[in-house]
Amino acid sequence: MPCLTHESEQLEPMARVNTEDRVGQDTSLGQENQAAKAVARRRGRYGLFFWVPVAWLCFITFCAVFTDLLPLQPRDEGDFSAISVTPWEIKNHPLGTDLQGRDVLSRILFGARVSLTVGLVATAIGMFFGLMIGLMAGYYRGWVESAITLGLDTLLALPALVILLLASVVFGGSLTVVSVSLGFLLIPAFARVSRANTLNFAQREFVVAAKAMGARDVRIICLEILPNVVLPVAAYALVVVAFAIVVEGALSFLGLSVPSPMPSWGGMIAEGRESLGETPHISFIPATVMFLTVLSFNLVGDALRSKLADLRESSL
Amino acid sequence: MRYLTARLGHLLAVLFSVTLLTFMLVNVLPGDIAYDIAGLDASEEEVQAIREDLGLNRPVILRYIEWLGGVLTGDWGHSYRTGEPVLEAIMSRFPVSLELVIIAQIIALLLAVPLGVISALRNNSRFDRVVAITGFFCLSIPNFLMAIILIYIFGLWLHWLPVTGYEPISEGLWDNVRNFILPSLSFALAEWTVLTRVLRSDMIGVLQEDYISMARAKGMPVHRILWVHAMRPSSFSLITLLGLQVGALIGGSIIIESIFALPGVGRLLIGSIFARDFMIIQGCITLIALAYVVINFTVDICYALLDPRVRTARAHG
Repeated sequence: MPCLTHESEQLEPMARVNTEDRVGQDTSLGQENQAAKAVARRRGRYGLFFWVPVAWLCFITFCAVFTDLLPLQPRDEGDFSAISVTPWEIKNHPLGTDLQGRDVLSRILFGARVSLTVGLVATAIGMFFGLMIGLMAGYYRGWVESAITLGLDTLLALPALVILLLASVVFGGSLTVVSVSLGFLLIPAFARVSRANTLNFAQREFVVAAKAMGARDVRIICLEILPNVVLPVAAYALVVVAFAIVVEGALSFLGLSVPSPMPSWGGMIAEGRESLGETPHISFIPATVMFLTVLSFNLVGDALRSKLADLRESSL
Repeated sequence: MRYLTARLGHLLAVLFSVTLLTFMLVNVLPGDIAYDIAGLDASEEEVQAIREDLGLNRPVILRYIEWLGGVLTGDWGHSYRTGEPVLEAIMSRFPVSLELVIIAQIIALLLAVPLGVISALRNNSRFDRVVAITGFFCLSIPNFLMAIILIYIFGLWLHWLPVTGYEPISEGLWDNVRNFILPSLSFALAEWTVLTRVLRSDMIGVLQEDYISMARAKGMPVHRILWVHAMRPSSFSLITLLGLQVGALIGGSIIIESIFALPGVGRLLIGSIFARDFMIIQGCITLIALAYVVINFTVDICYALLDPRVRTARAHG
């Protein structure tokens, strides 16, 4: 595996720093190489911090997609005989009920729909346009690049949450409004990442060769550069999904995402805040689910990103 | 110097396009403020009169130019709702938000610098990995969630700190700072991880430089190498990030300020968004963009001061 030799080369200087305090100690180079190789082998495979999050994400996505088919309590109808029940107390409300007697479990699963839809749709919008803009900026340089950079800096200087709040106050909060406006605000981040990656490839031999053979710009961008850029950008997209879920959570926490009876994680956390002292579970159960989901996207995205970086460097 | 001038030009262009974009956005959006003010049973003439009064029936571009001229001469317009001057309304709240952001950054730095330096020194050790994993966990807790957890632990359970409220600094320093601890922690407990990561990776690079080995070989103590020789070249990305984060925090203070009932710019902003008081929204966004620009420019100056290479390279063209 080429990856291994590369890793051990990279690790050697690090190992030197590591043992800096023990300079006088007798460590032969061969031993260090062995240790570095072992570390590299361990790092080469995906560990528990990759597979557990993947499993969680599959589980939550499955639940979100098939919520209608699962044997759940109705999500909007309050059971007035069982208000603010703690988890495991009654059999038909496994995760308890909220202040209006609604089943927490079924609200969480329906809320997962909202969060995941916004996360995925907004990221897809941002990624599509961001990729296009970033590719253009990285490939053409010159005034195109300056104009795009100015535009991106402008969008980055806008406080994103404010624009989102404004959009949902004016257009009324709905899944579409939140997804589209959030997707729009994600464009600059994606454009930056794609531009940086495009710059890596725009001057490489195979691009120069394609140019020399008389390929058109569109062909070079789509067939030569895009396949190289799209993978690192896709790995970054997972982290962005996590961010989008957090922002949707913040919006629904302020009551400005999906309209009221419809459950969303942020909204549930906000409702539970009123009686945080007496019945903390109403806030903390959706909070835990949200935390686990965001954490999983972050961990998986990060693992894929470092893996891709290793692969790419070793192929050089 | 030429570099700084170019940066300043770029940042001013950003500031200009931000204000133009917001002005367009805020004024093109449907939902006429005049109907809101006039009330439900107002006649069309009354609505027209209000529009006339607020100057809403003239072209957006003209109004923007007027507004821009006003901003440059210190007149940021008046609130559509209360008639309060925008600049005054913002400036009376700004110190609260600034204090929040500064305390948050100080806490984040106090956590990040030692952890980042030790992680870099003991790179790939157990300590390093524990810090990295903890960072991941902290980073995945959105700040409003962190706020609720902190309220639950320190406010409702331990009763150590007040959950909401604000005391002006004239009531005594501790009474004032006490109210800022939980809100700042809600920011800082996520921010430190980003700072730690950046500092760690920069420092790992610096520690492999020849002059560090040289200092080591001369027998210089490790703490002196770290804090005197390695710290300065490792701090550039950290400073950039600090600058960028201050901008993000001012934007993010909307939600934290409304959870903790702090009378800052964020609270003013969310109130005006609900009330569609577009002049105040415009003013707040301008202020946030202005802060972003000023901070970024300060960061550029800091670069030049901290890094002799930047200074001389620019001086020699």
